[in-house]
Amino acid sequence: MNVRLTVNGEPHEAEVWEGESLLFALRERLGLPGSKNACEQGECGSCSVLLDDRLVCSCLVLAVQADGHDVVTVEGLAEDGRLHRVQEAFAATGAVQCGFCTPGFVVAAADLLEHNADPSDDEIREALSGNLCRCTGYAKIFDAVRLAASQ
Amino acid sequence: MARLIRTEKEVEGRFTEQWIVVEEDALDQWPAGPRTVVGQPTRRVDGVERATGAAVYTADVQLPGMLHAAVLRSPHARARLVRLDLDAVRAAPGVRAVIGPDDLDVLTSEPCYEGHGVAAVAADSFEAARAALELAAPEWEVLEPLLDPEEAVRRESLLAEPRRHDRGDFDRGLAAADVVVQAEYRTQTLLHNPLETHQSVCHWEGDTLVLYTSTQNIWGVRDEVADAFGLPHDGVRVICRFMGGGFGAKNDAGDYTLVAAELARRTGRPVRCALTRREENVVSGNRNATIQRLTAAARSDGTLTALGGEFVSALGWDGWLGPTAGPMQMLYACANVRTVEYGAKLNLPPMAAFRAPGFVEGTFGLECLLDELAARLELDPLELRRRNHADSDGTDDRPYTSKNLMECYRRAETHWERRHEVRARSEGPWKRGVGMASQIWYGGGGPPSYAWIRVGSDGRAVVVTAMQDIGTGTRTAMAQIAAEELGVPLEHVRVEIGDSARGPYSVISGGSSTTPSMGPAVRSAAADVKRQILEIAAQRFHLEERVLDLKGGNVVSADGGSWSLEEVTGLLEDAQILGKGARGPNPTGMRVMTFGAQVAEVAVDVETGEVRVERVAAIHDVGRIVNPLGASSQVEGGIIQAIGHALSEERLDDPATGLVLTQTLDAYKVPTIADVPEIVTELVDVPDEHLTNLGSKGLGEPPIIPTAAAIANAIRDATGADVRSLPITREELLHALEAAREQERRGAAAPA
Repeated sequence: MNVRLTVNGEPHEAEVWEGESLLFALRERLGLPGSKNACEQGECGSCSVLLDDRLVCSCLVLAVQADGHDVVTVEGLAEDGRLHRVQEAFAATGAVQCGFCTPGFVVAAADLLEHNADPSDDEIREALSGNLCRCTGYAKIFDAVRLAASQ
Repeated sequence: MARLIRTEKEVEGRFTEQWIVVEEDALDQWPAGPRTVVGQPTRRVDGVERATGAAVYTADVQLPGMLHAAVLRSPHARARLVRLDLDAVRAAPGVRAVIGPDDLDVLTSEPCYEGHGVAAVAADSFEAARAALELAAPEWEVLEPLLDPEEAVRRESLLAEPRRHDRGDFDRGLAAADVVVQAEYRTQTLLHNPLETHQSVCHWEGDTLVLYTSTQNIWGVRDEVADAFGLPHDGVRVICRFMGGGFGAKNDAGDYTLVAAELARRTGRPVRCALTRREENVVSGNRNATIQRLTAAARSDGTLTALGGEFVSALGWDGWLGPTAGPMQMLYACANVRTVEYGAKLNLPPMAAFRAPGFVEGTFGLECLLDELAARLELDPLELRRRNHADSDGTDDRPYTSKNLMECYRRAETHWERRHEVRARSEGPWKRGVGMASQIWYGGGGPPSYAWIRVGSDGRAVVVTAMQDIGTGTRTAMAQIAAEELGVPLEHVRVEIGDSARGPYSVISGGSSTTPSMGPAVRSAAADVKRQILEIAAQRFHLEERVLDLKGGNVVSADGGSWSLEEVTGLLEDAQILGKGARGPNPTGMRVMTFGAQVAEVAVDVETGEVRVERVAAIHDVGRIVNPLGASSQVEGGIIQAIGHALSEERLDDPATGLVLTQTLDAYKVPTIADVPEIVTELVDVPDEHLTNLGSKGLGEPPIIPTAAAIANAIRDATGADVRSLPITREELLHALEAAREQERRGAAAPA
């Protein structure tokens, strides 16, 4: 099937198989490997993207469902060569270790701050509990979100 | 002149003797304390690449014409293949090559654990590969699996000779004691679950196999794959620039690498073989379960008179026997110690090293037992630990190169004193308590490891070494060390790693050995470059070398002269200054170990069995700290993994069939951000004066070691219940509470 969608502000077109996930289309067909595939069934959040400004696991969305819609991936958060404040905060606070979960966390945290400029710790816990990290112990991810919120 | 010496090499408690060549005199260590770059909290030099999605992991490698492999794995714990239709697989759409049990050593027709590889296919897409395997229609003769580790010990189904340690006179030690405590502890099978699953992309360029892989051990994979294919070692080029976590599970090539290499050889095309999350949770390795029957005996003043333990490790079909008795042999001064360790060979997936293998499990048992002993002695648990402090290694009386455990205990006091206030905050069904535990582990690293540094006419330095970064921030630490020695800003140093064809040998990223092994080599290479730069400057400016130094990116002289580095290196145009450095030996006759103590605060709902860890204070002694920001991150990561080990993580196997029931991340519960307690990290940060030109030990593993015992001891403090089995699920805790109440009733009924 042919799908047309907007990704990070650019129009894209791709030939996809009906059962194919949006994640697969982004990574394998559109050359955007920033969203990671770690569980392929919505358990880890590594593939988090914004679909029409809504946070989704792109492994749980079919590519055909994104036809005609607007997608923002981790590659699209920086604007005019300037890092998104969440990306800058993750780097500055040491919230990145192996980094495989980081793109998903960055997208989820950016979405949180978009809807809640000054989240409480409990709101951070709630918003990011769908993203798994096996390295950092999450403490510095808290630091990063608080730092980004303060800016 | 090169000196050939014999030295002892240690990786995760396994010692071997080996020859090394020492080419240079050791540099003096820097004075203790933070320096201009080393010891300063430093953000990762590659943090932005990772946070923007630009970092390329093995999972992201795309090569023209790449095929995708899928592996047919045994659905039974033990079986014999009766029929397999590989011709049907071969005829399926998109299939390019098929291999079966006769084609590769890692494939078998008599699988001995669930997930054992049987056949593999390379196809145009992963879906096509998987669909093709559906046509193989295997028929099995299912055989009775051996699953019970105690039964395996009885039948002598073992992966290693039973390991015995017997010092002093255990029985006399028992007889001399005023109090003896005995208990059985159990730890569960745990899964690493790095976010990037195990995977490789293999591609033949002529006679050279180019291999992208998610690994902790570039050089080990190179040698293993070269041997498997009969190639010279450098006939395999291993590349791993970024990798998504390992925790010990990615030390070897793995069947997926050999499958991809063979299928690439047969098709003449690049082949990716990536484990799915389900395969990851079955066949990629695990921390083996243990059963520990332990004894501690002490005089009334707390002096240990005997320690004993029988340890059964359920290793699965393959693997090695981790040092589960290590903490009992080494953590405390005790003249009479008797341990025996069995490694049961079972029809379960093979174990793999997992962050301080053996010591994590053994410390849980020992440190819970010590608190049970403290309770019987009516002694403060921290004081009991102090009274039994070991001044040297109890196994062979070797002195430690450095040990600041007493300082860790001193710093733990502030956190330990909170227990009165914490207990007082108990209310209703929520009981609160505080527990502690100590930690000992290896982490000294060792030779060989090498680094090259080149400085060009622009005065910028490039550190080149074929090491990998498993996420601990090794690029950053190496850049800091080079910048410090060269006296240049951190931004003027690049670190190029991750390619066996483009750099010298580096140590495995395991056993907390990366910084203590690679760091000294990088410093040594930087010193070589610095010496050359000062020699050049001395001749250029007609000064003596001894009055010159490198500082802040300048060559400076004692009389106040200053020239930018580029002024010196710029003379050379296209020429480069090349330095090399090697890791020197560890001191002979001494033992290099890491130490620490943790204090945990918990809240326990005695009606539902829910446990919340509210605060963990971690104090660790690992020598000089290179990057305090990275170090605290290691501590936090270790603690949260340990909280998972203590409370929620467990691989469940069907006891009848030996099949793994927890194959996904909704069944196998790793902690989330909602589970994070307050974590306080304190690092003693005193350089080990006997260890290398750096004085640093490793910190990857120490923080995960004492946490589970500290949590269990806090639960006892809160509720009086002895939890002796991990994970401490609600069910487990409610049973322990019931047992404690039963014991209290019996105690009350007994005559005084």
